[in-house]
Amino acid sequence: MAETILSLQNIHKTFGTAEALSGVSLEVEQGEFLTLLGPSGCGKTTTLRIIAGLESPDSGRVLLQGQDVTDWEPNRRNVNTVFQSYALFPHMNVAKNIGYGLRLKKTPKPEISRRVEEMLELVQLPGYGGRMPNQLSGGQRQRVAIARAIVNDPAVLLLDEPLGALDLQLRRQMQTELKALQKDLGITFIYITHDQEEALNMSDRIGIMNAGKILQLGTPDDVYERPQTRFAAEFIGQSNILHASVEQVCADGTLLLSFAGGRVKAAGTGHPGEKLVLSVRTERVRFGAESQYGFALPGTVKAHSYTGGMLRTTLLLPDGQELTVNGMGGGHSRAGVGESVQVYWNPACAVIVEREGTP
Amino acid sequence: MNKRQNRFPVAAVPFLLWTVVFVAVPLLYILCMSFLKRAQTWGVVAEFSLDSYARMFTPTYLKVYAQSMWLAVLTTLFTLLIGYPFSYFVSRLPERRRSLVLLLVVVPFWTNSLVRIYGWMILLRSQGVINTLLIALGVIDTPLKLLYNFGAVLVGMIYALLPFMILSTYSAIEKLDPSLVEAARDLGAGRWRAFWTVTVPMTRAGIMAGCVLVFIPSVGLFFISDLLGGAKTMLLGNLIKNELLTARDWPMGAALSVVMMVMTLLVIGIYQKCSGERGLEGIL
Repeated sequence: MAETILSLQNIHKTFGTAEALSGVSLEVEQGEFLTLLGPSGCGKTTTLRIIAGLESPDSGRVLLQGQDVTDWEPNRRNVNTVFQSYALFPHMNVAKNIGYGLRLKKTPKPEISRRVEEMLELVQLPGYGGRMPNQLSGGQRQRVAIARAIVNDPAVLLLDEPLGALDLQLRRQMQTELKALQKDLGITFIYITHDQEEALNMSDRIGIMNAGKILQLGTPDDVYERPQTRFAAEFIGQSNILHASVEQVCADGTLLLSFAGGRVKAAGTGHPGEKLVLSVRTERVRFGAESQYGFALPGTVKAHSYTGGMLRTTLLLPDGQELTVNGMGGGHSRAGVGESVQVYWNPACAVIVEREGTP
Repeated sequence: MNKRQNRFPVAAVPFLLWTVVFVAVPLLYILCMSFLKRAQTWGVVAEFSLDSYARMFTPTYLKVYAQSMWLAVLTTLFTLLIGYPFSYFVSRLPERRRSLVLLLVVVPFWTNSLVRIYGWMILLRSQGVINTLLIALGVIDTPLKLLYNFGAVLVGMIYALLPFMILSTYSAIEKLDPSLVEAARDLGAGRWRAFWTVTVPMTRAGIMAGCVLVFIPSVGLFFISDLLGGAKTMLLGNLIKNELLTARDWPMGAALSVVMMVMTLLVIGIYQKCSGERGLEGIL
């Protein structure tokens, strides 16, 4: 893979008595689209501000292109930020806004106007140079904010929930455009969002953050299909969280576990008697009496919830626990409420997210 | 069109009456008076004359205008140099401390300004607090002449008008979105560059408002120079007061008042030009 362009080493940051970051380490590769995903207050914005130099960490180092920039002022760092509120200068027109960084670098005037025009083309706002920020729509401001940052040719572009203020339609469109822009320019993006769909859709890698820590870092497929923590399983997508205990380790490398009065299978390692917490994505649960995987869990249909594309079924298990199954909606025949059914899943889709004794 | 808009605004009547009786009529009275002749003993003679305006251009009077303007400019400059940084740091304090500090800025208004200027006399006189302290500390042997000079008047003016500058600039700085400054820093601006290219232009309305609010009164305030300047420092305000009350030359006093109003209007005109504000909303 490509070389590391940015690395965070064990960053700690406390605001007053509140610990915002407790030991964040991260390696970002040249040209990748990395998303930090987490609920508000998880420390993702603080991480971004520390990379930008707008906050300084209590301890830990920030390395940019191999140089320790921890104590550098923000203006000396070769990174630029697209702020959540865009932070366009209201007293400058669009061209002046985009050219701000170039003017500071004493770029010759003709060069500035050429680059500004180029950027306006790139973000599909040709001819908008003379407008003032308050004459633009939200989406247009967003584009100007991006142009103002990338015109400086940063080593890393930091984006703090840049699409947060846009409506759903525009969000989707901008997601596609941003991703395409990133590919074309080859700039490393560090993107912050609390929107899992956005993260899964755009990123090369996703870092899931909670309570000041990066819990898991991996490709979208990785973090979705193989969550390593209960938080990751519950924050992204819909999961059934099962508390089960190992009955035996099977020859094919799967585990047979007792759960809710029945038996289920999961991928992974363990020893008989060990108590585990499993995550099974709701759409991975299948209805069926005969299981090719050698187990079937009985249950009673408690309720259906039809959402157009998907049909969500809540099952009542023998011991009173509930299990959610997401299946295709449409014209499928379905079991009526109160009917007994059986479900199964591919053991590879049941992931261990917690073990007894580890929180 | 909306019919309501065409109706006579009944609610505005008391205000209109007030404005006509207490603002428009007195101003017209002053304007007319300035074109009359002074009577030998008391009052005016109803005879058109430009004498008062002609006398204004004698060196004695010109010196007073110059001194008044110079004092007003210095007062505005110093209140800005003290008030703007003060407002800047207050705006960065935590919420609760901010309101406390602003309260302390306003507290002096609860006392009569005359009393507060007498306070300065106590501080500045030969046997005053500052001189006594400096002698006791052995810094000086003989009392410094701190009172009854231009410097004392300037100090008094700055002291009296500083709150106006602070309140105007504070309201502008407080509204400034900190992320704009961060964006400037992020795009490569050092602290000073960010300050001059973002903070100052973004708070220009407050700066201009503060300057107007300080400049206009500092041309006309007379009691400060009376008390702290002795008889030496003559300002436009003192001159008008003297012409009207001491010399009893009413047309001259009126003419000087007219000139002062014109100058004030000029300042407001410059303010409007510079700040791009149509009215005086920025001040209010």
